Amino acid sequence: MEDALTVSRLQFAFTITYHYLFPMLTMGLALLIFVLKSLYMRNRNELYNTAARFWGKIFAVTFVMGVVTGIPLEFQFGTNWAAFSRYAGDIIAQTLAMEGAFAFFLESAFVGLFLWGERRFGQGVHWFSSLMVFLGTWASGYFIITTNAWMQHPVGYSTLENGNIVLDDYWAVLFNPWMFPQYAHNMGGAVVCGAFVMAGLGAFYVLGRRHEEYGRIFLKVGVIAGVLASIWMLFPTGHFSSEQVAEHQPVSLAAMEGLFESERQAGVVLIGQPDIENRAIENPIVIPRALSFLIYQNWSAEVKGLEAFPQKNWPDNIPLLYYSYHIMVGLGTFFIGIMLLAAFLLWRGRLYESRWMLWILMLAIPFPFIANTAGWFTAELGRQPWLAFGLFRTPEGVSPLVSSGSVLFTLIGFAGMYLVMGLLYITLMVREVSHGPEAEAETLESPEGVTA
Amino acid sequence: METVWFVCVALMIVMYVLLDGFDLGAGAIHLFAARNDRERRTIIRAIGPVWDGNEVWLIAAGGTLFFAFPALYASGFSGFYLPLIMVLWFLMIRGLSIELRGHIKDPMWTSFWDVMFFIGSALLAIFFGAALGNVVRGVPLDRSGNFFQPLWTDFSPFSQTPGILDWYTILIGLLAFTTLVVHGSNFIAVKTEDEINARSRRISRLFTLAVAALTALATLATFWVSPWMLQGFSERPYGYVLPLVAIAGLIGMIFFNFRGDERKTFLSSSAYIIGMLSSTVFGVYPRVLPAVNPENSLTIQNAAASDYSQAVGLVWWSIGMVFAAIYFVVIYRLFRGKVRAEDEGY
Repeated sequence: MEDALTVSRLQFAFTITYHYLFPMLTMGLALLIFVLKSLYMRNRNELYNTAARFWGKIFAVTFVMGVVTGIPLEFQFGTNWAAFSRYAGDIIAQTLAMEGAFAFFLESAFVGLFLWGERRFGQGVHWFSSLMVFLGTWASGYFIITTNAWMQHPVGYSTLENGNIVLDDYWAVLFNPWMFPQYAHNMGGAVVCGAFVMAGLGAFYVLGRRHEEYGRIFLKVGVIAGVLASIWMLFPTGHFSSEQVAEHQPVSLAAMEGLFESERQAGVVLIGQPDIENRAIENPIVIPRALSFLIYQNWSAEVKGLEAFPQKNWPDNIPLLYYSYHIMVGLGTFFIGIMLLAAFLLWRGRLYESRWMLWILMLAIPFPFIANTAGWFTAELGRQPWLAFGLFRTPEGVSPLVSSGSVLFTLIGFAGMYLVMGLLYITLMVREVSHGPEAEAETLESPEGVTA
Repeated sequence: METVWFVCVALMIVMYVLLDGFDLGAGAIHLFAARNDRERRTIIRAIGPVWDGNEVWLIAAGGTLFFAFPALYASGFSGFYLPLIMVLWFLMIRGLSIELRGHIKDPMWTSFWDVMFFIGSALLAIFFGAALGNVVRGVPLDRSGNFFQPLWTDFSPFSQTPGILDWYTILIGLLAFTTLVVHGSNFIAVKTEDEINARSRRISRLFTLAVAALTALATLATFWVSPWMLQGFSERPYGYVLPLVAIAGLIGMIFFNFRGDERKTFLSSSAYIIGMLSSTVFGVYPRVLPAVNPENSLTIQNAAASDYSQAVGLVWWSIGMVFAAIYFVVIYRLFRGKVRAEDEGY
């Protein structure tokens, strides 16, 4: 039997990882649906409208999954992390409550309007509600990132006599400098996800010679968004994210890169297995001096290694952190390559005939989910062993009276529940995809109608 | 200012119960008020555009509670660990059943989700009532403000180590269930016609009698279990207005139901809920989580956020609530009127 701390960490990690599979898609799709709807408003081509409605339906099911899996996260701050909530509630609850007050009400109102209101209220209202859904989901992302940014880089607080901290500067928390690169990077990742899913499904339709005219629209919009977003992930957002990690969490950077000893002219390890006991990377393939340059724009700048820091401040799972980071960066690099190639073919007018490229796009669908998840693992494992970086350690934050048995029970419950929900989600997606966008145009006319 | 936030959080909780209350109630009666798929679709359609927004009040109230009274959030949520997580599971099952039911046109698929929708809705109503019962009875907080309650112990509310369920909290759970059944059937009556309308009104009439009986019983039990609840009223006699609102609502529920005025019946059950909940929080004030040992009670003073936090929060909270109110008024106006299964949604 593990202790309550470990099980609580596992439960939060599991529920939040599972949860985020859905918002990364909905936040990306919300933007793309708005683009499709706007294109329709301009060119009045009914295909774009049907496409927007089709993706609206995919969005709706994914959104519901995101909502229902999101509620446990807010609650778990209290149920499993009561001591942390008591310690930092004055600050983190500000942004979490603001998400409720500003983003959730807006989302729920306009998602309802978008899904239920097209016929009754006309195209203008429908377009406007797609815009508001986009803004609502992205506002939601902002409040969550701001909360996380505070945990990564605490600002705007002061400490009370009883050891708890209170809010000192509201605007400093809302415009935490850490938040800007993190938000830009995270939302870019969501667009990459939405774009790959849209392009991949387009490729599936074109390859299978079904709903081909929609497939081409999906490919075009998906590839253009995908190439822009993939590059955005590397520069500027990825670059500035790692710079701020280097500046404020140098120990995390060292662990991410697998750098044990401080080095001038530090290299980037492309591949290699970290060996914590011997404090070395086994079988590394290294680009010499690259790390020093990437971080300090100087080929021989010193990068601090893990040994420069006391071991009690090391992230507590260095191999997982190291691999997550490398998976994120590696996949991100592939995404840029794939999308550049696809965009080139699109520009030359050969994309729809290049079956090998369509196969690649279709098979690439799962990978943005993996890359985004690995990215969050990097951020969150890099923050360890702290809940609030440098202020409050993770073991101090757990609820004192909740037993490991109780948490294990609920963790297993969540696992079972989420397994069933995942199966349902996949079943529904397969049905939507096999019905295709045209089925959407028909159901709108039939009295059976949309029940989503 | 703590009092202001006490009122704000209480307002949000009342809003949640009023709004999600009717769709929980609709879920609890839909198996009985609607007999076939067409009628059940009508009920789903009546709550379809609004249930998710209604539930947002729970999340928003939870967030505001966390923000305004962090210590209460920490103690309460960890102390009620098991029932809270179960509430989450029921919320999930229920949300999924509303959304997924219509995706596959197969009688077994829809019946399965109909039953899930019923179970989720009914159990949530009971759980929420039991939770309120726990607050009023008091929980075994220790001196550092922590507690952990098992699901049940000896079923006595006078125990030093009470469980989540005892005869008192179960009684409040039943009161909540019957109240939301009435509230939900009143709403469905407003939104529908023909047989569903008639059946909903019949269910409402039947359960109103149960509500009246349970209200009397629960009130007496409350003053027996937690005599301090009367204190607030004798210190601030203007509080007696609140139970009067509840009584007026109860009378209205019976009177207008027999007169056949659907809208006024629904407004009456709303008034009843507002009156009952506000009387309860008025009696609990200034505590936010009473303890079995009164010295350990959490109050608005020892659970509140810092002054600066509360002041800043008041600004954005007010703005946020104005927006929320606008969305709700607009959405409810847009989707007003009766629904029929034959209509293409909206």
